[in-house]
Amino acid sequence: MHAWPKDPNTSVVRSASRLNEILIIRLDPAELDEKTRARAVDGIIAYSAICSHAGCPVTAWVKSDVGDKEVFKCMCHNSEYDPRSGAQVVFGPAPRRLAALPLALADGSLSVAGNFMGKVGGAQPG
Amino acid sequence: MKTSMTRKQWLLSGIVAFTCLASTAAMSGPIENYSPVTAQRLENPEPSNWMLYRRTYDGHGYSPLDQINTSNVKNLTPVWTFATGVVEGHQAPPIVNNGAMFVTTPMGQVIALNAKTGDEYWRYKRQLPDDLFQLHPTNRGVGLWEDKLFLATTDDHVVALEAKTGKVVWDTKVQDYRKGQYMTLMPLIVDGKVIVGGSGGEFGVRGYIAAFDAKDGKELWRTYTIPGEGEPGHDTWQGDDWKNGGGSAWMTGNYDKETRTIYWGVGNAAPWPGETHPGDNLYTASVLALDPDTGKIKAYHQYHQNDSWDWDEVEAPMLIDLQRNGRTIKSLVHPGRDAIFWVLERTPTKINYVAGWPFVFTDVWKGIDETGKPIVDPAHKPVIGKRVEFCPSLWGGKDWPSAAYSQRTGLVYVPANENFCGGFTGEKVPLKPGELWLGTKPEDIGLKTKPGADHFGELQAWDPSTGKKVWQHNFPKSQLFGSVTATAGDLVFVGGTNDRNFRAFHAKTGELLWEQKTNSGIVGMPVSYEIDGTQYIAIQSGWGVDAQRIQDALVTNNIGIEANVPQGGVVWVFALKK
Repeated sequence: MHAWPKDPNTSVVRSASRLNEILIIRLDPAELDEKTRARAVDGIIAYSAICSHAGCPVTAWVKSDVGDKEVFKCMCHNSEYDPRSGAQVVFGPAPRRLAALPLALADGSLSVAGNFMGKVGGAQPG
Repeated sequence: MKTSMTRKQWLLSGIVAFTCLASTAAMSGPIENYSPVTAQRLENPEPSNWMLYRRTYDGHGYSPLDQINTSNVKNLTPVWTFATGVVEGHQAPPIVNNGAMFVTTPMGQVIALNAKTGDEYWRYKRQLPDDLFQLHPTNRGVGLWEDKLFLATTDDHVVALEAKTGKVVWDTKVQDYRKGQYMTLMPLIVDGKVIVGGSGGEFGVRGYIAAFDAKDGKELWRTYTIPGEGEPGHDTWQGDDWKNGGGSAWMTGNYDKETRTIYWGVGNAAPWPGETHPGDNLYTASVLALDPDTGKIKAYHQYHQNDSWDWDEVEAPMLIDLQRNGRTIKSLVHPGRDAIFWVLERTPTKINYVAGWPFVFTDVWKGIDETGKPIVDPAHKPVIGKRVEFCPSLWGGKDWPSAAYSQRTGLVYVPANENFCGGFTGEKVPLKPGELWLGTKPEDIGLKTKPGADHFGELQAWDPSTGKKVWQHNFPKSQLFGSVTATAGDLVFVGGTNDRNFRAFHAKTGELLWEQKTNSGIVGMPVSYEIDGTQYIAIQSGWGVDAQRIQDALVTNNIGIEANVPQGGVVWVFALKK
């Protein structure tokens, strides 16, 4: 699922920049590695939707080109990320994992628990 | 006698040593004695230079230099290299003007080098916006005029740089990158006009070609490739389809200096399935003849109607004087993405169909009618709600990499791909500005290899006068995805394969005469130039973009090909071993 963050105090949806777009998915908590599980709520995890290669939106949830599991895929240049293990790159030109967004339950609703972990956006050359 | 050095002496000697080192290292700084570029120099370029995308306005991709030839090319050796420090597809020809070389890289960088020594003069780095995403992270070179260079960027600006220093002279926004509008082409320079075309056919743009004043960046004219209301050709669209109908124009045009006419290729219709935009859809998948002073459309030829295959016909046709059936034809020659080798006739007011034939296997066309319209087989035309397969693939018989024409052999050299087919299921998807708008699910796009195929890439040599293929070189385990350059030494240079090789072929026979493994795969364009009596061949090696997309598909097809073609750009320059 694609989502935008909303400020709980002002109810402003932060959709003015595409860099704020996030991916939310629910997986079996047993599939998640320890670090990923720590920032998940009942298997629900969130990542930046911006591919770390050329900054395209990560739009697909498909079977990996190099394994049997389903993965997040950027259709611009075929980079694939495994959300079970911190969205690490499993295929394609992406240089680093997707930035992760820690989640928590606040007053019974799913909330953002902290800043992005990792850099949001595509790679810039040296 | 033993000597002891005081601390002061040690420091001083250190300074001397540093000074010596500095004096032998590459000196960066402004280019001295830069040769201003004039209309006359672009119209009749010195044999020693490569100042236009295909060296000459006619788009031949041909160098008249012949010091390197079929008898000595085996002695070709690298004389210098230069790492760009940038990844992704390095598609630009190194542009050379009297000893100064300008290369562009993905991410909007321009590097000025001494073409003889490889020393860097300066580097321009465009600061791209953080929220920019690049479907095609590449660039195809800088245009030259007087003392300036002109760069078209992926954040949709045209930037003028001072050639000597790389300093920005002006920077003009063309359209909005947030709406999927961007540029990757080398601007065409005609009489002080900087002429560009926009990319974005996968984002539902309405394509355009526009000219800017080289002096100050002021827009002089803009011609949309899809006619608006009241304009001729508008009736080839229904409803509002024209507003987002594609027709991007993302490759450099060619120019007929005698008739003052620009010939510019136009891309696919959007979204892909033709069922979503009924009609012929002028001027998608066409060539436009334009007046460079006003942008007025003088004539057109549409290669295929109601494009449904993502078959951009953006590579501008070559202007060749052909002897055909006993008469000279001022022709336009275009080996199309639609698998048809097109021969057209250009007149001041019209473009006439002369001949066309398939140069790779296609199941889409049943033939071509007498007016030059290909006859489609509906079984291989994508539609809504049903998967349709077609050959060749979305990347076509030949994608944007340029073919070349040798004035000595009279042959056209085509970087073709065979044994690839594609397919997808069309669907109606609402347009969201700035998001991919293909008319199918991106993950549904397929590239299939034909069972039992013994090769994919083909370098083909065609006689455009007779329509006969003279020779062909097959690449058993690779696509061919690089531009071709011919020389008067009867050589044809091309990279484009996943084994990282750069090759020279005999232009008359197709014999492979020389090859050199490079750092990465080559998707760029070879050029040739001369300094102080030495002929050089230059190429950028830097794999990426669509060559890699095809590579991923080859890997998925499990034909024993590795996905990993290493990335990272390097400029390679070769000359004969002395």
